[in-house]
Amino acid sequence: MLKKNTMSDLLLVPEKRFEKQIEETRKNDGIELSILNLGPTHPATHGIFQNILLMDGEKIIDGEGTVGYIHRAFEKIAENRPFYQVNVLTDRLNYCSSPINNTGWWLTVEKALGIEIPKRVQYMRVIIMELARIADHIICSSVMGVDTGALTGFLYVMQYREKIYEIYEEICGARLTTNMGRIGGFERDWSEAAWRKLDEFLEEFPAVWKEFEDLLARNRIFMDRTIGAGAIDAERAISYGFTGPNLRAAGVDYDIRVHSPYCSYEDFEFDIPVGQNGDCYDRFCVRNAEVWESMKIIRQALEKMPEEGGFHADVPEYYLPPKEDVYNNMEALIYHFKIVMGEIPVPNTEVYHAVEGGNGELGFYLITNGSRVPYRLHFRRPCFIYYQAFNEIVKGRSLSDAIITLSSMNVIAGELDA
Amino acid sequence: MSLTNEIVQQTLSQQFTPKVENFHIEHDMLAFEVKQEASFEVIQFLKEHTEMNFNFLTDVCGVHYPDYEQNRQFCVVYHLHNWMDNIRIRIKVFLPANKPEIESIVPLFAGANWQERETYDFYGIVFKNHPQLKRILNMDEMESFPLRKEFPLEDQGRTDKDDRFFGRTGPNC
Amino acid sequence: MSNSSNIKHVAPPDGYSGEGFFATKLSEVVGLARANSMWPLPFATSCCGIEYMATMAATYDIGRFGSERMSFSPRQADMLLVMGTIAKKMAPILRQVYEQMAEPRWVIAVGACASTGGVFDTYSVLQGIDKVIPVDVYVPGCPPRPEQILDGIMELQNIVKNESVRRRSSDEYKDLLNSYNIK
Repeated sequence: MLKKNTMSDLLLVPEKRFEKQIEETRKNDGIELSILNLGPTHPATHGIFQNILLMDGEKIIDGEGTVGYIHRAFEKIAENRPFYQVNVLTDRLNYCSSPINNTGWWLTVEKALGIEIPKRVQYMRVIIMELARIADHIICSSVMGVDTGALTGFLYVMQYREKIYEIYEEICGARLTTNMGRIGGFERDWSEAAWRKLDEFLEEFPAVWKEFEDLLARNRIFMDRTIGAGAIDAERAISYGFTGPNLRAAGVDYDIRVHSPYCSYEDFEFDIPVGQNGDCYDRFCVRNAEVWESMKIIRQALEKMPEEGGFHADVPEYYLPPKEDVYNNMEALIYHFKIVMGEIPVPNTEVYHAVEGGNGELGFYLITNGSRVPYRLHFRRPCFIYYQAFNEIVKGRSLSDAIITLSSMNVIAGELDA
Repeated sequence: MSLTNEIVQQTLSQQFTPKVENFHIEHDMLAFEVKQEASFEVIQFLKEHTEMNFNFLTDVCGVHYPDYEQNRQFCVVYHLHNWMDNIRIRIKVFLPANKPEIESIVPLFAGANWQERETYDFYGIVFKNHPQLKRILNMDEMESFPLRKEFPLEDQGRTDKDDRFFGRTGPNC
Repeated sequence: MSNSSNIKHVAPPDGYSGEGFFATKLSEVVGLARANSMWPLPFATSCCGIEYMATMAATYDIGRFGSERMSFSPRQADMLLVMGTIAKKMAPILRQVYEQMAEPRWVIAVGACASTGGVFDTYSVLQGIDKVIPVDVYVPGCPPRPEQILDGIMELQNIVKNESVRRRSSDEYKDLLNSYNIK
């Protein structure tokens, strides 16, 4: 019987706290517990975070996580960089779906500056965000397969992630950390090749995703591993601040795209897939179903795409003018100079904006004070908030359940530490 | 009838003045300030009152205002969200520079645990009755609080980068 | 044997061949054997790790360069691929992993963050892993394309092929390790 931890015990390093408990159980019950360090570098932890577990054989009695092994001080850097340069930081939050982070940042800045975006640009942003969501879920689901031993699914669907990378390259030039968009829209119009590749992707991918789902979703071994592992009930999940697929797997249909629509999501019809028990199997199924919904949204956006609107809003103080104007027109030259030096007109305001990221509610809290850099920028990172619950979820389960729970929660280290 | 910003403001003013003040609406979100001692009861009221129903804690963060007066230097900002009526609310609690302490809301929202640790790690704001208030993102041995404005961004001991090439001379570093 | 005409045959090393034997220098054979079967330890910390996953996957396939088995145990790995930002909190762990690797061992710093700290010139990020461990190849990029990572691995294969078998016991190498305080 473990004594409850005192306040001062909890401030120690986890190993010391567990050593005390080991001594106690050895004296009182004759059971020998052990400490396992699921260390920062481990094939199962996708990203570096450490978990020190107190084990009774294979069963986990207690655990404590240590994060911060990739703390890059984004919030401090953002206080020293003009608005355009902060976009580079947002890429590296949830780096599996960078366009969502980029668009979320631009929506926050545009809310603070009071800029209206044309419909066509909003639809283009929706397409790119849903493509990024598909890319994120491809990685999470296929890596869940890898962690249970099924490497084939990963190798198969990664080829289609390469197709998504090609689409990103046509739009912004980069594969992974896209740095996409500007205040008011995109930096260049999408080329004909980008539209063509998007159509090809939408034609080929459904069959591939169906095959991937058939591989794992009704597979006896996969179901036995994942059903019941890492379950959390809806009340506890809401108290912990879960959002995104992890919360929807627990049965709560909260999705920011439907609840408080941004960027024209209200124009599209799509369902919110919801699970029942909040365990690993439900999270896997919810993510797979969300990929189907994302493809539905992209198709609707392509059909309804307006012809007029260009690729950016008409805001000369914030958006770089075309080079012909800069060389011929005095005003354009002055705007160009001011934008590049970062001296754009910024009001004194505070704004919070949230988008539905791959892992849940990704929020940006921005305080500006009229200068060229934000006064304070805080990222509400979904991974950081729901990873707190990990130790509670795996208490009493076996070690292999802990591994599969870790990968089903889709903890991305960049978003965890920022 | 469903909740609106005006109803929230009225109910809070009736119940808690003079501990709450400075209600204003910024970009459709109601924001107000609460005194240091009353933060826990105001948030508890917002969570548990049958009409208010703010069931979700979106965010906890800190801000450092070195230019404000001495008893308003640090600020803890809470963002709450009512899912039923879709109302968001921002609560700012200003703390004095010499004693930045505030009551922890972990008993109300389990998700506040790590977020308050992060705020402590960055600013040195002490959350009373927090179950495990130690550093989370920085190294445990670190003594200073890095996100305060006086702490420099770059590691001052680095030798491989020449500050002159980055435009960082003495005064504007 | 295949009959297709687009197979490029690589020339064998210099040596004397006869009926059923081929005589060459030991270092050539050892270099050839080592270079074509480098088992990596993917020390993936952030975004570069995702590009490494793309390199591992079918389109870019690092397996054809001999790196078929990713070893996560340092004792069984030949090359340490450090991919991503190393924070100061992580540096002692990186060093421990490097010290646990058995000779011969090589290190590739993949990405701008591992080479010099990258975009993150802050108080918490180590400005380049060569502050704690000796590095053989630096691959720039943020993140580098898979082709670039493969280019870095090919560069390392070149180094390995031409390395002397006595390098690990030479004074120069010992001085290098001493400068990092690695026993």
